[in-house]
Amino acid sequence: MSQLLTGVPASPGIAIAKAYRLEAEESIPQQRKVDDPAAEKQRLRSAVDAAKADIDRIRETTLERLGPQKAEIFEAHLFLLDDPDLIDTTLDQIENEGVNAEYALYEVASSIIEALQSMDNEMLRERAADVKDITGRVISKLEGREHSALSELSAETILIAKDLTPSDTAQLNLEFVRGFVTEIGSRTSHSAIMARSLELAAVVGTGADASAIRTGDMVILDATAGQVIVNPSDEQLREYSARKAEYEEYKTRMRSYVDRPSVTADGVQVELASNIGGIDDLEKVLANGADGIGLFRTEFLYMGRSSFPSEEEQYSVYKHVLEKMNGKRVVIRTLDIGGDKELPYLQLPKEMNPFLGQRAIRLCLDKEDLFRTQLRALLRASMHGKLAIMFPMIAVLGELREAKRILAEERAKLEQEGTKVSDSLEVGIMIEIPAAAIAADVLAKEVDFFSIGTNDLIQYTMAADRMNESVAYLYQPHHPSILRLVQLVIQAANRHGKWAGMCGEMAGDSAAIPLLLGLGLYEFSMSASSVLPARELISRLSREEWAGLAEQAIGMSSQQEVLDFVNQQLRSEA
Amino acid sequence: MVTQTFTVIHPQGFHARPSKLFVEKANTFPCKVTLFKGEKKANGKSSLGLLTLGIAAGDEIRLEADGEQEEQALQELGQMLTKIYEE
Repeated sequence: MSQLLTGVPASPGIAIAKAYRLEAEESIPQQRKVDDPAAEKQRLRSAVDAAKADIDRIRETTLERLGPQKAEIFEAHLFLLDDPDLIDTTLDQIENEGVNAEYALYEVASSIIEALQSMDNEMLRERAADVKDITGRVISKLEGREHSALSELSAETILIAKDLTPSDTAQLNLEFVRGFVTEIGSRTSHSAIMARSLELAAVVGTGADASAIRTGDMVILDATAGQVIVNPSDEQLREYSARKAEYEEYKTRMRSYVDRPSVTADGVQVELASNIGGIDDLEKVLANGADGIGLFRTEFLYMGRSSFPSEEEQYSVYKHVLEKMNGKRVVIRTLDIGGDKELPYLQLPKEMNPFLGQRAIRLCLDKEDLFRTQLRALLRASMHGKLAIMFPMIAVLGELREAKRILAEERAKLEQEGTKVSDSLEVGIMIEIPAAAIAADVLAKEVDFFSIGTNDLIQYTMAADRMNESVAYLYQPHHPSILRLVQLVIQAANRHGKWAGMCGEMAGDSAAIPLLLGLGLYEFSMSASSVLPARELISRLSREEWAGLAEQAIGMSSQQEVLDFVNQQLRSEA
Repeated sequence: MVTQTFTVIHPQGFHARPSKLFVEKANTFPCKVTLFKGEKKANGKSSLGLLTLGIAAGDEIRLEADGEQEEQALQELGQMLTKIYEE
């Protein structure tokens, strides 16, 4: 009988191989009294030095195999073996209580591990694993045992373990190991992070169920879905072998698009950018070869704290993102808060209709100090890359002019103080209110770009809250009414020689991309993982042809009709 | 003894890399370095101590330096609390 386990998909991939169970050796050292604490302290120091020599070897191999960033964890391990809270405290305990080194170290490490594990932060709980890893190694040295080695492996294997330490993961023999399953861990565990950079399939956090898997059991590891099938049927084996081949082919094909330009089949260049909500998202943006950042939501800077972020703090964040993007355009949206997104320290009054209330630019124009601080930080950061500032929730021209007036004032002030501001800085608005879409030709004269925020534009156009399930059916991105508004906006921008982009979910939707391209959209901003599939899709589309097809779609009577039409066209082209 | 409060902005919190750099810097000063977050305190020369404080972005941390070169330590270590690191 086959058995199905589920866990967290930590690193995508599909593997089929026999299981190898890695037993954790968790021995609790016995307490012994020692007669000569000074000699016992020396014994600890020697064991620490021997452990350091081991770790340093692992660090060097990792450096060669995975580069300096991944090797850093072992530098951190070496560093921890010098930590006064760990080593000095253990030495004190040997001295004061006259106990053996193994026991003293185990006790001291346990209380540190416990403190770290009780933290309300995944990353800190992971550090507990580091402390366990290094102290386990020192204790092995003290007891004269060899620390577990993965060198016995000699055939294709899926590793099964309660947990993998960073040093276990770094030493995996990639010639044989096809993937791993652990009972504990999360997407941010070191082993998960390493698996992703080794491109090794991994499912973590399956719970105790995985402890039933024995060495030699046949295992299908579907880390794209977070599933583990133990002792699969012949039919399952056939099915997954086919899926595995398909997945690998797809991955290779997508990877080939990382460094390619975003160009249509008829040679039209577009921009495929990414949305980010914080600095953590940058790595994924770069790995997927995005042409820029089409929406940087700055709310994270303001949330989860007790006071406003200073100009200096904001400046360093914006500068960091611009520098990382290395000359590619970064569209930073000014604060979009209010309504349902609250800041405790701002003390906004409760509103009857938060989505129709004082949010985003409306709030910023009211609380000018708050707005000016952000604009100054942005203006200063503009020297470090290709910055575009975007104002959210513009409904009427007056708001845009007011926002631009304040921006111009802050710019003049900075320049007077001798601070440089980039001359190529772009200023644009988000189009998410129907009034702005309809008057896009008026607004276009006074901006450098538009970015269509479809999530809000659709709900305001349909007058339907998309979080409300009973009216969620009205959330129809492909409805001809929405396409007509989108067309108005793009045409207005293009007529005035400005660029039009889109930063809502619709921009990464494979059934919307052909229509948007046909309507003349220039920039598509989506989640990082959608960039490569979008680039591959666009390379197969002719803009000229889709200009005609989009015109036909606009004349249709329902979303379903549009979707059927697009899918049929895509199929006939494939 | 000198002391001052700083707000940490590094988005991933003051963990692996930042705490390591902080401790390395702290160890270049002869004075005692202590960090306070609310009621908890930690030895500024121990990265494990720093980690157990669980410093996240936006946290207000009181830094205390006591002894030789305390002024310089407070200034330089304070700067380290309020910057963004490459992870």
